[in-house]
Amino acid sequence: MLEIKNLQASIENNKILNGINLSIKAGEVHAIMGPNGSGKSTLASVLAGRTEYEITGGSVTFNGKDLFDLEIEERAREGLFLAFQYPQEIPGVNNVYLLKAAVNAVRKHRGQDEFDAYDFLSLVKEKVKFMEMDEKFLHRGVNEGFSGGEKKRNEILQMLMLEPQLAVLDETDSGLDIDALKVVSKGVNAMRSEERGILMVTHYQRLLDYIKPDFVHVLVNGKIVKSGDHTLALELEAKGYDWLLDAEAA
Amino acid sequence: MKAIEDQIANKYKHGFVTDIDSDTLPPGLNEDVIRHISRIKNEPQFLLDFRLKAFAHWKTLPKPDWAKLNIEPIDYQAISYYSAPKIDENAPKSLDEVDPKLLETYDKLGIPLHERARLAGVAVDAVFDSVSVATTFKDTLHKAGVIFGSFSEAAQNYPELIEEYLGTVVPIEDNFFAALNSAVFTDGSFVYIPKGVRCPMELSTYFRINAANTGQFERTLIIADEGSHVSYLEGCTAPMRDENQLHAAVVELVAQKDAEIKYSTVQNWYPGDENGVGGIYNFVTKRGDCRGDRSKISWTQVETGSAITWKYPSCLLKGDDSVGEFYSVAVTNNYQQADTGTKMIHIGKNTKSTIIAKGISAGKSNSSYRGLVKILPSAENARNYSQCDSLLMGSTCGAHTFPYIEAKNPTAKIEHEATTSKVSDDQLFYCRQRGISEEDAVNMIVNGFCKSVFQELPMEFAVEAQALLAVSLEGAVG
Repeated sequence: MLEIKNLQASIENNKILNGINLSIKAGEVHAIMGPNGSGKSTLASVLAGRTEYEITGGSVTFNGKDLFDLEIEERAREGLFLAFQYPQEIPGVNNVYLLKAAVNAVRKHRGQDEFDAYDFLSLVKEKVKFMEMDEKFLHRGVNEGFSGGEKKRNEILQMLMLEPQLAVLDETDSGLDIDALKVVSKGVNAMRSEERGILMVTHYQRLLDYIKPDFVHVLVNGKIVKSGDHTLALELEAKGYDWLLDAEAA
Repeated sequence: MKAIEDQIANKYKHGFVTDIDSDTLPPGLNEDVIRHISRIKNEPQFLLDFRLKAFAHWKTLPKPDWAKLNIEPIDYQAISYYSAPKIDENAPKSLDEVDPKLLETYDKLGIPLHERARLAGVAVDAVFDSVSVATTFKDTLHKAGVIFGSFSEAAQNYPELIEEYLGTVVPIEDNFFAALNSAVFTDGSFVYIPKGVRCPMELSTYFRINAANTGQFERTLIIADEGSHVSYLEGCTAPMRDENQLHAAVVELVAQKDAEIKYSTVQNWYPGDENGVGGIYNFVTKRGDCRGDRSKISWTQVETGSAITWKYPSCLLKGDDSVGEFYSVAVTNNYQQADTGTKMIHIGKNTKSTIIAKGISAGKSNSSYRGLVKILPSAENARNYSQCDSLLMGSTCGAHTFPYIEAKNPTAKIEHEATTSKVSDDQLFYCRQRGISEEDAVNMIVNGFCKSVFQELPMEFAVEAQALLAVSLEGAVG
């Protein structure tokens, strides 16, 4: 589904990604871990299409298409979803209005009919309940005055509604208390399926207690230096990243 | 910010000239021209006297000096002061008789007069180059006792009302453009709502500017007698042209005891091209007089057009417990300049005013909010709340806020809030990552910003306003 080959990217002439190779198949859950500044969030941003990064080499194909040929919104409509580390506030725009516009844009792209207001609202209410959110969040401005935990739940709510092919979760666990972490994990686990790939970017192993990945990759200095199954995460938890940094330096 | 700059590279959709025979005076302004206008319109003597007095005063006034506006000197002798579509005995008795080209023009603007009027229940007094050519729903209004029609008609049929109220809210001495308008106004709308009557429909006038080089000087007078209620809509678009056009309207509102006037405007005159060439000069004097106790006047405006806008719809809160409101969205793009705001003059006891002003600047444009809240010694317990928010798109535009407050009564309570924000690349990226196109994302963010004003507009106008905003900020994306 997603093929990343020798991907290199820089920002303001600083090389952040130094040749990443990663293949994600439908049904798989991958976790990318690594110390601060290793390029985890950059990878997520580059996949979603943030324009301040310059792609200096390599390729990414998404369902056989060259990802870099697609505009930001085209990637989204093709089924690439990014759960933001810092979701944006958009004052005055109803949360539910943005959600409906997004869902219908994606449905239109897939050749499906746009939702009518009633069907949409009943579906969204069901998902809101599942995410243990108050319905009043639907009618507040997008992320306007939301707490950190509320913003993250809202991201997952959007994911549940958009049903992406590939979900990229950028530090979705950061700033969450244990209860919120459980709810967010419940949302992500509900999305696991044979047709869907999930890529989690995280600093801590904690999230992986709740969402068990099939593969764990360690990113250091913009390169994947070690890959393994979920036990790798436990090893990192016990030993930290230093032994890998040393290995990289050697 | 490249994305946003592309986004706001705007094309004016309503740019076209309709080829209709106009009966146009040669350029120039003197007493003869004024007598000529008055004679064409067969006006009563008091109106001619009013005009001549205004003209005499205008000649003594210095040309205005502009605060935040950059304006080429205007040659008032190069303007033609009268232009009318061919009327007299051939005047259309119904829409069938209206020049088809005129109707076509309305169609291009998406204002199918007949259909729209019937379906929406809106009476439309279409002012096309200064003279009304079609008025609908007169009967329904007539039954309710409401007078709604062109100013010229009213001058013939209800001269006593005109004589009683004209110039009592905006005196001829008020300012340079008010004096000019008082001297040369050609037509406009007149509304009278009798005591205790709730006007059975929204009253709507679409103004158009059409003949080349013709200044437009509308005069509107709306009187809501005791206990009455009226909602009036004014909307405009203009054809594209290269030369600047002067527009100096005067609108006077009078609300007697317990009366309420809601005046909504969507202004979309030609703003000039991407390089700032052409465009309408829009110098308007709008004022409402809350003359009676518990009266209320509410101004709502969406200003997207004109090269230069200079406009401060104001309220004189004379009656005790009277209420003044001002809700405004002003959009400027390319080289547009807007200096707009309001004045709330508190005179009566327990008077209240609310000001919500939203300015959106894009391109190389400049937008200023200028507001005055004045509490006179007589205004016990006056209250004001003002909120001025500016939204910047790109880094080459400007927004300025000039709130003036004068409180001469210690019981006054005045609150003022102001914010400035930007449509950020992060917000756009967020929306696009959810599958929403860049253009839709900009519209969504801007509409969110304007929400508290749009919800004050009548429903169908709110929809139109949102569409207008989308057109004003539309660009060649993709």
